[in-house]
Amino acid sequence: MQLTIKYFGMLAEATAITEEQLHIDVCSVAELLNTLKDEYPKLRDKDFKVAVNQELVGNNYTINTEAEVALLPPFAGG
Amino acid sequence: MNTFNSRYHRQIILPEIGEEGQKKLNSSKVLVIGAGGLGCPALQYLAAAGVGTIGIIDFDVVEISNLHRQILYGDSSVGKNKALAAKNRLEDLNPTIHVNAYPEKLTPKNAITIFSKYDIIVDGSDNFSTRYLVNDACVITDKPLVYGAIFKYEGQVSVFNYKKGPTYRCLFPEPPKAGSIPSCSEIGVLGVLPGIIGSLQANEVIKIALGIGETLHGKLLMYDSLSTQFSTFSIHRVDAEVLKVKAITKNFENTDYDLFCGIERIKEILAKDVFRIENCQCIDIREPHEQPKIESLNPDYIPLATLEKNISSYKKEQEIILFCQSGVRSRKAVEILQDHGFTNVSHVKGGAIALHEEQILKEV
Repeated sequence: MQLTIKYFGMLAEATAITEEQLHIDVCSVAELLNTLKDEYPKLRDKDFKVAVNQELVGNNYTINTEAEVALLPPFAGG
Repeated sequence: MNTFNSRYHRQIILPEIGEEGQKKLNSSKVLVIGAGGLGCPALQYLAAAGVGTIGIIDFDVVEISNLHRQILYGDSSVGKNKALAAKNRLEDLNPTIHVNAYPEKLTPKNAITIFSKYDIIVDGSDNFSTRYLVNDACVITDKPLVYGAIFKYEGQVSVFNYKKGPTYRCLFPEPPKAGSIPSCSEIGVLGVLPGIIGSLQANEVIKIALGIGETLHGKLLMYDSLSTQFSTFSIHRVDAEVLKVKAITKNFENTDYDLFCGIERIKEILAKDVFRIENCQCIDIREPHEQPKIESLNPDYIPLATLEKNISSYKKEQEIILFCQSGVRSRKAVEILQDHGFTNVSHVKGGAIALHEEQILKEV
């Protein structure tokens, strides 16, 4: 299946991209994150939440169809 | 048409608002945390719209580097407290409203009393400890929280703790590692971005006050100013997170949010710098028998065990430098003075041993 991964804030800096397409087998959010952290080691020490198709999900959530996955970090500035 | 109706005419003629809506705005009470990049535009629109009572809490002073984004201030405000300077400007913008300035730091000790006087809380702070403190105080006092935050060219907006929706902790239960996310002063920010995010916050406040439209409760709005894209994500209430906050209600005043966010509160200075500091009072907190003495610093000799008894002979704003033999007991001593309201206390890294070595180096 094809996923669109979107990186926000400092995560876009860590990966040096804001968006990419990824072909991957059915997987949990945790498995997807492991793949991404292998690709972008700088993501390992970052804190963020994951949304699948614009809905916040936990790490056990299974992604089994084409989806948009967003990685959302907290911001503090004001 | 009276002055009241003239001032608000353009919004009163909106059918969703009318005179009744205007009265709702005039009777609403909104507290804005931080009169900085987000607080300034939010305050400006809330005051102009006729929100009847506005509270502003900020301990900071206006700096010239604030003026490119903190649009309530001008050159003449530099050096003035932000809450007071903002109040001054807003009272000119709309003399018919009440503005309460709190020129102090928001702490767990004053938060509940201040929050209780308002209907809606706006978070325009610039650090995680304040954001968790604001969230928890909103949960405890049961107030809707209009959240906004920025990073470089991006911003976030949401409405928390409203209509049984999620809270900030339901979205981010734990703060990120200390120092992992830089602030605007470190990485920069374009003035328009907080202008947009703060204005979105004002818009959410007005919708809540009027009971019109759909607010961002249960949603996180992300805005990217470089691509001009808004994205919205659904978020859910996590009852366990809300209960966790309710459980600390009784002990809330003593919660240390800096500690929670991993921020070091104890100021440490190097031995070589101690000899250069003027007008400070050094205190040797070791037992009388401990050597070597550092007489060149002309310290007071107060053993740690008797420190609390002798505290009253010092002024709380006075610069105080504490040292022990190696820098372990003096950390404890800093905590004791801080707990008694002392604000300018530090301790010497490496203690008397490091100071003694430094003295020898100087003599050589």
